[in-house]
Amino acid sequence: MLKDVTIGQYFPGDTALHRLDPRTKLLAVIVYIVALFLAKWYVSYALVLAFLVFAVAVSRVRPKVLLKSLRPILIIIILTGVLNLCYSMGDHVLVSFWIIRITREGLENAFFMILRIVMLILGTFLLTYTTSPIALTDGLEQLLRPLAKLRVPVHELSMMMCIALRFIPTLMVETENIISAQKARGADFETGNLVRRAKALIPILVPLFISSFRRADELATAMECRCYHGGEGRTKLKQLRYTAADFAAFGVMLALLAAVIVLRRMGL
Amino acid sequence: MAPILQTKNLCHVYGEGTPFRHEALRHIDLSIDRGEFLGVIGHTGSGKSTLIQHLNGLLKPTSGEVLFDGEDIWKDKAFTRAVRFKVGLVFQYPEYQLFEETVYADIAFGPKNMGLDKDEVDRRVRRAAGFVGISEKSLQKSPFDLSGGNRRRAAIAGVIAMEPDVLILDEPTAGLDPLGSEQILQNIRDWQAAQGAAVVMVTHDMSDIAECADRIVVLSDGALAMDGTPREIFSRAQELTQIGLDVPQVTKVFLRLRELGLDVDPAVYTVQQAAQALLKRKGGSPC
Repeated sequence: MLKDVTIGQYFPGDTALHRLDPRTKLLAVIVYIVALFLAKWYVSYALVLAFLVFAVAVSRVRPKVLLKSLRPILIIIILTGVLNLCYSMGDHVLVSFWIIRITREGLENAFFMILRIVMLILGTFLLTYTTSPIALTDGLEQLLRPLAKLRVPVHELSMMMCIALRFIPTLMVETENIISAQKARGADFETGNLVRRAKALIPILVPLFISSFRRADELATAMECRCYHGGEGRTKLKQLRYTAADFAAFGVMLALLAAVIVLRRMGL
Repeated sequence: MAPILQTKNLCHVYGEGTPFRHEALRHIDLSIDRGEFLGVIGHTGSGKSTLIQHLNGLLKPTSGEVLFDGEDIWKDKAFTRAVRFKVGLVFQYPEYQLFEETVYADIAFGPKNMGLDKDEVDRRVRRAAGFVGISEKSLQKSPFDLSGGNRRRAAIAGVIAMEPDVLILDEPTAGLDPLGSEQILQNIRDWQAAQGAAVVMVTHDMSDIAECADRIVVLSDGALAMDGTPREIFSRAQELTQIGLDVPQVTKVFLRLRELGLDVDPAVYTVQQAAQALLKRKGGSPC
């Protein structure tokens, strides 16, 4: 049940996309999103889509796995589609009955909106699928470093994010163990009304909270034992360095952005 | 007499249809008799935990069946739930599942779920607490104020308070000091003697199992590798070593003695037996 969650999951690999500097990938995703929102008509959408397909092909992430990540937001996608379909102004009426008036413009709007959301999700998921949480937080910390001058605790924030991501799988395993243990003592999570079911969660939540606090405590002690004192003067084992591949990636992203802007001017 | 629990051609596969597919159990035929003390040994990942979770219906077999008292435990929902009370399962590190405000309430969780009346629940809680040596005073404490060993005892009491016909324990002595683990094993044996229930104990510790078990099964790579009395199992020291397991320390000593040319019984597995065997060899009598 809990094993099916793929949000934020990382699939280890050794493709060009996996090897890119995390900073490059983060910036690339931002450029990709900007390009996606600047896209106006079929030609520009096709261009961005082609780029996405290319990136997925390079990453060797199986399309089926990637598409599965859309399931949790399926309702949002459908709702957006329906709303755009029914509430868009336009002159070319295709179908009209009762208060519903579907126009060609509405149809196009709905299509583009759905495409935009789907591509937005897939693009950002591709980032987490190909970048390990540690690399991701590392990259984020480097990119946000200038903010440290404004006394924003960048290192501490990224450390917290890193720890949180690290413990998601651990807590999932733990939750499953506790559920099994309480089931073995006859706990019943499947029958009864809402109040009863909510009450049935207490035997799971209490041990889970306690063990989270215990883990946090142990982790803090372990970090202190190794003289952790925050980001000041801290050096890295793995220095992030841009390589030729990163500059090539920047080139591709800028070209994509430029092409979409030109196409937008041309109304395509 | 028919066995109380029986598995027939039990197989379990994790992650069927994904690249992570893993055959955890292969064609396990195992029967557990009433009142016996069965030891289950096997190295990490040999399928021990998967096996015991099938015995009380927490996991559903991929194929094959699990019979309680001759009936398939999955025949209907009510029966599966009933079996969970009759086959008590104590997980590894059970102290992490305590959640109630008092030790008393936590031990009462299982019996209450069985739908027993208040007096019966009270009787069972006090009886279970007595077996594991939790004092009247400790019953009113928060479980989180107890020491690690006592917390584990409270968690075990929570399962034996359901008075199951089969008690399954997954590494009940893991992480305890020698005295603490000896006491817990003694508590379990006392309870078994009083209740007449079958006990299945999963462990890594060969000395623990040598002391307690009437019968031992060895799991290796999800299959049943050996099944016999401790004497039979520990006389196959070489095979045990090959599948990554150990024999009790005293058995090792005797094997070495044999290598050195002393004609002693190689299948000795408790210190008591060792003393007797040595005295016999010397021609003296046990004192």
